[in-house]
Amino acid sequence: MEETIDRILRKYPAGKKDSLIPLLQEIQRESGHLSDSSIAEVSRYMNIPLNKIYGVASFYDQFRFGKQGRYHVQICHGTTCHIYRSSAFQAEIEKILQVKAGQTTKDGKFSLEVVNCLGACGNAPVMLLNGIAHGNLTTGRLQKILSRIKEPNE
Amino acid sequence: MNNEIDIHTEEKSFLLEKVLKNLTGEFLKEDLEQISLLKRDKVITPVIYIGTGSCGLVAGASQTLEAIRKYLSDNRIQARIVECGCIGFCSEEPIVDIHLPGKARISFRKVTEDKVEDILSAIFNRNVNDDHVLGQYKSGPAETWANVPFIDQLPFFALQQKVILKNSGYVSPLSIDDAIARGGYKSFYKTILNYTPEKVCDIVELSELRGRGGGGFSTGKKWKVALTTAGDQKYLICNAEESDPGAFMDRAIIEGDPHRLLEGIAIASYAIGASYAYIYIRSDYPRALNILEEAIRQAKDYEILGQNIFGSGYNLNISIRQSAGAFVCGEETALIRSLEGKRGTPWAKPPYPAESGLLNQPTVVNNVETLANIPGILEYGPLWFKAIGTKTSKGTKLFSITGNVQNSGCIEVPMGTKLSDIIHHIGGGVKGGKKLKAVQIGGPSGVCVPAANLEVEIGYESLQEVGAVIGSGGLSVLDETVCMVDLSRYFMEFLQKESCGKCIPCREGTKRMLEILEGITKRPREESTHETLERFKGVVQLESLAEVLRDTSLCGLGQNSASPLLSSLKWFREEFEEHIFDRRCEAAVCRDMRTFYIDVDACNGCNVCQKKCPENAIIGVVKVPHFIVENKCNGCGICFEVCKFNAIIVK
Repeated sequence: MEETIDRILRKYPAGKKDSLIPLLQEIQRESGHLSDSSIAEVSRYMNIPLNKIYGVASFYDQFRFGKQGRYHVQICHGTTCHIYRSSAFQAEIEKILQVKAGQTTKDGKFSLEVVNCLGACGNAPVMLLNGIAHGNLTTGRLQKILSRIKEPNE
Repeated sequence: MNNEIDIHTEEKSFLLEKVLKNLTGEFLKEDLEQISLLKRDKVITPVIYIGTGSCGLVAGASQTLEAIRKYLSDNRIQARIVECGCIGFCSEEPIVDIHLPGKARISFRKVTEDKVEDILSAIFNRNVNDDHVLGQYKSGPAETWANVPFIDQLPFFALQQKVILKNSGYVSPLSIDDAIARGGYKSFYKTILNYTPEKVCDIVELSELRGRGGGGFSTGKKWKVALTTAGDQKYLICNAEESDPGAFMDRAIIEGDPHRLLEGIAIASYAIGASYAYIYIRSDYPRALNILEEAIRQAKDYEILGQNIFGSGYNLNISIRQSAGAFVCGEETALIRSLEGKRGTPWAKPPYPAESGLLNQPTVVNNVETLANIPGILEYGPLWFKAIGTKTSKGTKLFSITGNVQNSGCIEVPMGTKLSDIIHHIGGGVKGGKKLKAVQIGGPSGVCVPAANLEVEIGYESLQEVGAVIGSGGLSVLDETVCMVDLSRYFMEFLQKESCGKCIPCREGTKRMLEILEGITKRPREESTHETLERFKGVVQLESLAEVLRDTSLCGLGQNSASPLLSSLKWFREEFEEHIFDRRCEAAVCRDMRTFYIDVDACNGCNVCQKKCPENAIIGVVKVPHFIVENKCNGCGICFEVCKFNAIIVK
C-alpha cells in the first residue's frame, strides 16, 4: 500500500500546490479511497498542513474516506431521473442491499452512492453498477439486477 | 503490419499537406476522390456505424457492438465498424447505421443485441427491417432505399440546424483523420498563418458570439480584455464542468466531435496569447474524458499542438484536469480556485478572471459550446455567423431535451426558434398522451415556463419576456404527473447540498428555504402545535427570503437559487396553496400528502396489505374488504405496491 502511495507521489512535483487535487484523485483511483495514512503521506510530501488537505478533500463529492463496496451502486438523481421517481428506486436499493446512500455494508460487499446527473437522461432512470450503466429502470429490472449480485452463482 | 503503417503515414501526409493546408478550396480530381473515400461519402466495403456515446452505452450499445462483430465473423462478411458519437436522438439508442457500397447510408433505431441478426441479415440481402428503420441519409449518386424516409426530414431533425454537431455521427471521435478529412483544423491553420491575435478577437467580436455557459457575455470582448492585460503567462480554460442535472450538450460535443473543441481552444488560446490551456471536465463523464485524452494525443502526434505549431513559432499545450465534483465549480472563479488546488469557492468580481485569474494571471474561461463555435466563425467569417439567429442572439444553440417527452436527446436549433416548436415538433410532444404542464429551462438555476407561454422565441433577451433565462440549455418537459412544489424542493435540496458555504445568504438561505419547502410537503403529526404556525409563517417568508438571496449572494449559484421557486410560485401558486391549506398534492407525488383508500368492490380481503403496513393503519379480517385509518396512515404507499387487485386508490 505504502509503495503505491510513494510511487504516485514521486510523479508529482513536491512544491506545486495546484497538483494536490490530481494527486488525491490518482490515489483514490489506485486504492479505492483516501485513507488517513495516505493523506498524512501527502501532507508530508507536499508540505501542506493536514487540515488543509482534509479541507480540500471533504469539499468535493468525489473523494471518499471509507472503503467502497465490492459492488458499488450509483443511482442518478438528475432532474429527469427525479421526475421518473428515482428516489423510490433508491429506497428499493436501500431496502434490498441493506445499505444507506453514501455508506458501505459491514461485510464490504455493497455500497450505494447518489450522483447528480450522468447525462443519460434519454434513458432515465439510470443506475451504474461497478461503472456499467443500466437505463430505463423499472422495479422488476432493478430487482433482477440486484438479485444477481445479492446471491451470485459462484 | 508494416504495410499498414506505410498506408497510414501516406494518409497522414495527404491529410496534412493536401487537405488541412489547402486554403484555396480547390482540389485536384484524384484528391477529391480520395477525400470522399476518407470522409466515407463513398465506400468500397460495407461500413457499419454505431453510436457509442454515453447515451448509447447506457442503452446497451456495447452489447450490440459485440453482437455485430460476432455476426460479421460468423458470416465471414468484410465490413468496417465505425464507433461514432451520438446523432442526438438519445431515446432511440442504440442506433446502428449501415452504408453498403452504392447504396445510401441507412439508419436503424433501438438495435439491441437480440435484434442485430435480423436487421443485418435483412440489410445484407438488400431488405429493410421496417420495425427498426429510422431513415436514410442523402448521399449524392448512391441509390436510395425505397419507402424509407430521409433522416433530415424526420420531425426530430427537420427544424434543427447542425453547425456545431455537423460532424457528429459521421466522424469517429477517436480518429483525427476523420476530423481533418471533414475540414478540421483548417481554420486554426488559416488563423495562425494569416491573422494577428488582435484580428482574431475583432472577428469574434464582430460575429456577436455570446458565452453559452449562461452569462451571455460577448466572447470577443472577454478575449480582448485578456489580450490587452499584461501578464507573464496567460491561460485559457475550457469549462466542461457540466453539472447541471439534465444538461448534456457539452458531453455530446466532446463525444461526437472532440477535434472541433480542440480547434476552438487552440484558436482562442492564440487569440489571447496563452500557451497553456486547460480543459476542466466532469469526473462523471468517463467516456468523454477518454476521448479527449486520445484526441489530444493524436493532435500532438500530428504536430497540431505542441511547440512551434505549423512553423509559426506559436506553442500550445492543452492539458485535462478532472473536476472532483462540485456544482459550484461551474462558476468561473470557483473553477479557477479548484484548478489551483484549493476549495472551489468563488470570489467577488472584480477582479474579473480576464484581468487576474489562474495564479493571478489573465485567464479566459469559456464554455465548451462557445469554443466549439469558433472554428466555424473563422472558416466562414463573422457575417455568416451573424446571419443565423435573432437581432441580439446569434448562431445556434444546443439544448438537451429530456423529461416526459416523446423524443429526448441533444438538439441544435438556430436562435429564435420557438419553444413550442422545440417541444411539439422536435420533441414530439408529451409522452403517453398526457397533458403538458410546463417546461423547465436551465436546471436548478433556471425557471419554469408554463404551457401557455411556449410561443416565446429562444434567445438571451426574448426569453426574459416570460421571466426565463437561456441558462446552460437543459430543457425538461413536465407533464401533469409532476408536482411543482416537489420539483422546487428537489432543486432547493440540490443547491443546498452544493452551496459552497462561503457567503452567508446562500449557505443559510438555501437551508431555510429547503426547510420551509419540506414543511409544506410533509404531513404534520398534529395540526395544533407550533409546527403548523411555523409552516404558515415560512410560506409568508419564502418569497421575501428568495428575494434576499437573489440580491445578496456572492455568485450565480446563490443569486439564481431561488429562480425555480419564484417562477413556480408565480405560475403555479394555487399548487402551493393546495399543499399548504388543503394538505393535498394533486399529482400525488409528495408522499406525505397522499391519502389511500380501499375500493370495497375490488378488495377481496387477502390480508397482504394489512401485514405489510408499517403503521398498522389497515384494519379488517380475512375475506372481508379492508379499511385504511386515515390519520394513522403515513402515506408510504407500500399497500399500493403490494396489492395485486388494484384495490388501493391514491388521492
